[in-house]
Amino acid sequence: MMDSSVKIINEWDIVAARQLGRNVAKELGFGTVDQARITTAISELARNIYLYAGQGEITIEKIENEAKKGIIIISRDAGPGISDLRKVMEDGFSTSGGLGAGLPGVKRLMDEFSIESDPRKGTLIQSVKWLR
Amino acid sequence: MRKTIYQYVYSHNDEILNEWIELIRKEADERAIQTMSDRMFVKTCAEFVELVISNFSESVEAFHDRAIEFSEKIVRLGWPLTMMTDGLRLFGQIVEEGMKKEGNIDHNSYVDFASEINNWIFPMYKTITQAYTTSWERTVSLQKIALQELTAPFIPIFDKISVMPLIGTIDTERAKQIMENLLEGVVSHRAEVVLIDITGVPVVDTMVAHHIIQAAEAVRLVGAKCTIVGIRPEIAQTIVNLGINLEDVTTTSTLKKGVEQALTLTSRKIVEVQE
Ligand SMILES: Nc1ncnc2c1ncn2[C@@H]1O[C@H](COP(=O)(O)OP(=O)(O)O)[C@@H](O)[C@H]1O
Ligand SMILES: [Mg+2]
Repeated sequence: MMDSSVKIINEWDIVAARQLGRNVAKELGFGTVDQARITTAISELARNIYLYAGQGEITIEKIENEAKKGIIIISRDAGPGISDLRKVMEDGFSTSGGLGAGLPGVKRLMDEFSIESDPRKGTLIQSVKWLR
Repeated sequence: MRKTIYQYVYSHNDEILNEWIELIRKEADERAIQTMSDRMFVKTCAEFVELVISNFSESVEAFHDRAIEFSEKIVRLGWPLTMMTDGLRLFGQIVEEGMKKEGNIDHNSYVDFASEINNWIFPMYKTITQAYTTSWERTVSLQKIALQELTAPFIPIFDKISVMPLIGTIDTERAKQIMENLLEGVVSHRAEVVLIDITGVPVVDTMVAHHIIQAAEAVRLVGAKCTIVGIRPEIAQTIVNLGINLEDVTTTSTLKKGVEQALTLTSRKIVEVQE
């Protein structure tokens, strides 16, 4: 698939990732509210890469199984990783003085959410929204 | 050899130009061509070829100035840099083929020709790329300034009541600017109520929400009230999903409701006049 990834290095790349996500979501036929949810989730993940990992990549793809279609957001970086995964999924936990609502928020905005992190390898977050 | 090349180019000016336009049309980025009229395209091509040829006859400084002037124009027209670099390559190609055909270059003189044409074209690559990037950087920095000016106007609409409409993406730099304009505006206009209108903000994520909460807090600290207006339904939904607590911030869905509320807060109302 062409152009389905955006490298995140500076703040404007966050806007580019969101734009890509919005376009794919629109193409798939997501409504305005879901489009807003998807772009916001991308914004959170991309900004986390920018803030905590320095650089990384957001990949957006259409996915499909027998029953339904959807969109997957993959956030990948080789940054410092997250040592306590349970903690970062709690509302209000932030190491940067932020609201700490990003990751738990993404989980609620989307339908599926998984996170893998290793201090030596970085962080991989995958999140899916199904079309209803 | 240089002289031979110059003579060839000079006497075949029109042919070279026509061939060049044809080739560039075929090879070039379609976006660049679509954005301008045919006449403009041909005119610009002619200017480019003229620029390249002028490199023979003009001093280094004169060529440099000319290259900068032309690059500025090209940037404004939205032509990509590859159009220039491809253009130079094609130019060399056309001259080579043409001179071969006329018997100006043969086996023995080819090396000489190649080195001469490289000596001619390579410095031009450098000048043109540099001039193009400089113009481009200038354009970007001007746009940045324009964007900043547009960032967050503080507009007094009634005595004691002001509006700050936010339009577009909010990044860290803009957030800082918004905060500054807001506090400066409240103080200098003696505002008692400020309505921040976020209708034009495309995405409200936790960072934007955080800045909004902080802005409202800061306004409170300088003794005024702050209301966030223009929360579109889908934005309201995502804010709830994110689990952001906006309870401490006054919000209304529309600017109209916000203004009505602000008038009440400052003990006034709008009445219709009976003639
Ligand atoms: N990609 C990442 N790499 C390393 N640490 C991360 C990453 N994403 C999030 N974190 C950590 O998780 C914490 C919570 O993130 P989040 O829920 O987005 O809230 P916030 O960004 O407001 O702090 C961050 O403060 C940070 O310590
Ligand atoms: Mg975050």
